[in-house]
Amino acid sequence: MSATETKTTAKAAGKVRVLVGKPGLDGHDRGAKVIARALRDAGFEVIYTGLHQTPEMIINAAVDEDVHVIGLSILSGAHNALVPDVIAGVKKAGLTDALFLVGGIIPDEDIPLLKKAGVHMVFTPGATLTAVVDYIHQNAPKRA
Amino acid sequence: MNSDEGVKKARTDWETRLSENEKKSPPRPVRFTTLSDMEVPLLSTPDDLKAEGFDYLRDVGFPGEYPFTRGVQRNMYRGKLWTMRQFAGFASAKETNQRFKLLLAQGQTGLSTAFDMPTLMGYDADSPRSKGEVGKCGVAVSSLVDMEELYAGIPLDKITTSMTINAPAIIILMMYFAVAEKQGVPRDKVRGTLQNDILKEYIAQKEWIIPVRPAVELVTDTIEYSSKHYPNWNSVSISGYHIREAGATAVQELAFTIADGLAYVDEALKRGLKVDEFAPRLSFFFDVHNDFFEEIAKFRAARRIWAKLMRERYQAKDPKSWMLRTHAQTAGVSLTAQQPYNNIVRVAVQAMAGILGGTNSLHTNSMDETLALPTDEAVMIALRTQQIIAEESGVANVVDPFGGSYFMESLTNRVEREALEYIRKIDEMGGMIAAIERGFPQAEIANSAYHYQRQLETKEKVMVGVNKYQAEEKKRTIDTLYIDRAVEKNQIQRLVELKKSRSAAAHAEAMRHVHEGAKDGINLCGPIFEAVKAFATLQELCDTLRAVHGEYREAGSF
Repeated sequence: MSATETKTTAKAAGKVRVLVGKPGLDGHDRGAKVIARALRDAGFEVIYTGLHQTPEMIINAAVDEDVHVIGLSILSGAHNALVPDVIAGVKKAGLTDALFLVGGIIPDEDIPLLKKAGVHMVFTPGATLTAVVDYIHQNAPKRA
Repeated sequence: MNSDEGVKKARTDWETRLSENEKKSPPRPVRFTTLSDMEVPLLSTPDDLKAEGFDYLRDVGFPGEYPFTRGVQRNMYRGKLWTMRQFAGFASAKETNQRFKLLLAQGQTGLSTAFDMPTLMGYDADSPRSKGEVGKCGVAVSSLVDMEELYAGIPLDKITTSMTINAPAIIILMMYFAVAEKQGVPRDKVRGTLQNDILKEYIAQKEWIIPVRPAVELVTDTIEYSSKHYPNWNSVSISGYHIREAGATAVQELAFTIADGLAYVDEALKRGLKVDEFAPRLSFFFDVHNDFFEEIAKFRAARRIWAKLMRERYQAKDPKSWMLRTHAQTAGVSLTAQQPYNNIVRVAVQAMAGILGGTNSLHTNSMDETLALPTDEAVMIALRTQQIIAEESGVANVVDPFGGSYFMESLTNRVEREALEYIRKIDEMGGMIAAIERGFPQAEIANSAYHYQRQLETKEKVMVGVNKYQAEEKKRTIDTLYIDRAVEKNQIQRLVELKKSRSAAAHAEAMRHVHEGAKDGINLCGPIFEAVKAFATLQELCDTLRAVHGEYREAGSF
């Protein structure tokens, strides 16, 4: 089955599409890959960007795939610089209802800043796969 | 009846009484496994080892002697304690230099340098790719000017330095040699270790620049160059740490690390070097995770496997070529953001395992490293942990006290056996470079990481404070280190000034030699040494490599 066919089938089945993105330069992809696999096992359609993505690359992927949810994994400390750029770009491109999640090493004091920039939920170390799956089930936008 | 049969019979009798006992107090309803999910026996006795064909002289022997199961020095820590080497680096060269001086003043015996993400990926602070990352996870080094400031006032003939950098390692090494040269240190007095293990980047840490094969050529350039000019420099630190942190089991960590080492040996031999010319300067770096016995067994098995392969497969004659000398670091991934003080205890247990496993050097993580870079206070507790083990616990008085333990010897055998099975598979694929290109170690690690996460979710594996014994926590109770965005602005300013003040002609000439050298496939150490002295920046040099070899891309599979 080609990638396009997968997408069409998933869309037809009304699956929620989740983009798991790794913005910035850090190579810690253990969490992103584990989450991506768990989301796929939970029945979501998952698009994983791979490593070292610029905000522009993530924005383009989100728009191309018309995703419902964008999860960004960052462990390098660059979240304050990169996350707002991604959110602004995605919204500007028309995905105004997308759900934004961030996972990684995020100091408590940065969480309000990220929420103000449009992040709906921040998952820090110790968050369970179930918690992430449930959150998406409950909060992903419903589209016609 | 001889004594073996006596043990066997006594054991059978004991097992009968045990099963009587267990009717009243049955074992807890869990699987008794190591962290890596190996089932372990309740008890081991001499007949277990006998069944495995255990031979003390062949399998264990004496410390400082082949196959080095008991350690690489004859008197181990009585002669010299392990090197206490805390990894440090943050913000600018100036601030990291101050942290280095603090650590040296507190009794630390070697330096270990952490570089920031842009430096690791070959970008200068002024690249758009560096936005938000400058000085965050390590120190920003864009040119020789930064490198000189980083080691200012630190005598490089007296202190050994370790530098954790891989894709641009050849450039950073030449900068370090240039600083040593300016300090007037003779080449044979320059001691330390460059991580320079690019294979584990493609496997696990994922900080790469160019494709695998030309990248391995650069590693081989530094092995060749330092074996000729800097005889006491450890050219590669073959690292399992990142492989383990990415989710590998202990056996996978060991097997993939050794297989990486074999690939470097093969490449250096292809250059016409003799194995004994460079193998003594290959060193290793392993993780020390939570499972106490499994970790000790891993270190013991690692030394035995390497010694045998170097002697038997490569016909190395110098005992130094057989010795696996290793640094160790406690497992960052085991630390929890929840109840962070518990991390002090985890680190102490892990450090003890590393030392009982016979590590030659150790970094103990700070309790706050799952939250941010460590504060001075947290780093101090981590260093004191090592000092308490060294000076108070008594474990440094005896060599390999687990040697001869029925359980430990049997576990060591098992770890060795399973690692060798992986190494055989990788050999069949054509070695580690080919295995990486097929995505083999990457997929094995991703599977293990997912398996372990599932076990955490079902609580088959426990993380105290995370999936068991959770406590309602108020706001975080420990301080963390914050890196100011001003660091980024200052670094950019320094680059602007550097580019104005350096000799444009000398710079252009040196860059031309690097570019031609890269195209012609000559050893690039010499041309890069000249270029860094002409103040070529890290990114300028990496861009040259990108232009010649292209960039590596990984398919985003999971």
